[in-house]
Amino acid sequence: MTILETSGLTVTLDGQPLVHDVSFGLAAHDRIGLIGESGSGKSLTALALLGLLPPGMRTSGRILIDGQDHLGAPDRQWQRVRGRTASIVFQEPQTALDPLMPVGRQIAGPLRLHQGLNRSDAERRAIEWCDRVHLPDPARLVRALPHELSGGQRQRVALAMALACRPRILIADEPTTALDVTVQAQILALLDELIAETGVGLLFISHDLPVVAGLARHLLVMRNGRLVESGPVDDVLRRPRSGYARQLVASAATVTRLARPAAREEKKQ
Amino acid sequence: MNDPILSGHQLTRRFPGRTHLALDQVDVTVRAGTSLGIVGESGAGKSTLLRQLLGVDRPTSGEVRFAGQPLDRVRQREFRRQVQVVFQDPRSSLNPRMSVASIVAEPLRSLHIGANRAARAERVAEVLTSVGLRPEDGRRYPHEFSGGQRQRIAIARALAPAPRVLLADEPVSALDVSVRLQIIDLLKDLVDRLGLTLVLVSHDLAIVSQLCPEVLVMRHGRVVERGPTVDVLTNPAHDYTRALLAAIPQLPPDLMEEP
Repeated sequence: MTILETSGLTVTLDGQPLVHDVSFGLAAHDRIGLIGESGSGKSLTALALLGLLPPGMRTSGRILIDGQDHLGAPDRQWQRVRGRTASIVFQEPQTALDPLMPVGRQIAGPLRLHQGLNRSDAERRAIEWCDRVHLPDPARLVRALPHELSGGQRQRVALAMALACRPRILIADEPTTALDVTVQAQILALLDELIAETGVGLLFISHDLPVVAGLARHLLVMRNGRLVESGPVDDVLRRPRSGYARQLVASAATVTRLARPAAREEKKQ
Repeated sequence: MNDPILSGHQLTRRFPGRTHLALDQVDVTVRAGTSLGIVGESGAGKSTLLRQLLGVDRPTSGEVRFAGQPLDRVRQREFRRQVQVVFQDPRSSLNPRMSVASIVAEPLRSLHIGANRAARAERVAEVLTSVGLRPEDGRRYPHEFSGGQRQRIAIARALAPAPRVLLADEPVSALDVSVRLQIIDLLKDLVDRLGLTLVLVSHDLAIVSQLCPEVLVMRHGRVVERGPTVDVLTNPAHDYTRALLAAIPQLPPDLMEEP
């Protein structure tokens, strides 16, 4: 069953289309990767899907959540969706977290709001979530402020916050781009584990094809605000239909190959 | 083996209020004509080391030498002329209110290179061409250019005084993958064509393997491994280097075959 579906989604600023006629749907257990270069409109698409576009941007088309059109819905209606039906994690958890609030209370916040838990139950649940995202010493860590954690730990907190209310959709917008490569590998493994356990439908947004390809099963390729290709990961990687997707695959293959002189040497022999 | 042009000896840097050393007794040698890559993750001390080599930050102990001379005995103007730098984000390193030509001419003016305005303009046109821009682009402003082109402008500015050494701190990390490849090609071409010696700080082993025959792997302010890049990448001796290599996201193996 499709949980979130958009058709003909168009976002304009001052009459200029930034996202143009984007359509796709997301069901439980789906793992969709949205790939494109900076400025291609992928983050705007994500924001539009949760009613988070900055003021001044106009949207048209349809955004169906459980069959109900939310395009242009009042913020009150969106608040019942965000965190409960669909959550989002961003690139920089530093800016997504309140710098002055202990992380445990930040995870507990949505639990109290959406599930009506009392403070002590919500905080107990926050500790459980810190454990689920493999943060060390959860009972103590919930009292820490965001700046006392590493970048990777902050992204784990953001994931716990996003998943605590058991949403059915998770949008991850470049969640590992700001992280070091070894930390990125840990967060990707965690994300893989969490979506397998919870069955949450994933929309994973990135400019980095090898990262997306490792996690997604279906790829959407975006360029200049339009979807230029859509298909199973394997088809897009091996039989790209658009020139642009072909170019993305070739660039990614070159870059990853460059870091593997081992493979090059073996091949020569 | 060429002479060391730039070297650091037992460089230690302690920042006030920090318990960990940003640099802990690091030895580094840059030989003329042999580009060096410095890799590691954030907090490893790569940029701190680069700032020591650039002479903009001083070590708590240890010494930087340029052509065998301690840095404080080298004439500043001569050092600046020979050692230039490019940073990660061309958006913040280029003054938005200056035309591209005056940005690129800036080191020429401050280092008193070029007899007059006309000679400097000629040099600006020359370096703009060598980074793949047009001399007319000099009349435009940074915001009119894409990220990749802005990085070309930053490279042109660094090359204007005809330095022997170019220090680059994550020069392609802020760029999209296709643009990244173009800038890697440009740097490779400049190294070959101008005989530049590149000291490249990057977390990205792909760019280092393309541009630097020698590599230093840093972690927690220390050098954990060093040697020819091919050896370090094919046969890493240190667990950390192995972890770093294993963490690089890969496409399915068959897609990475040479076309």
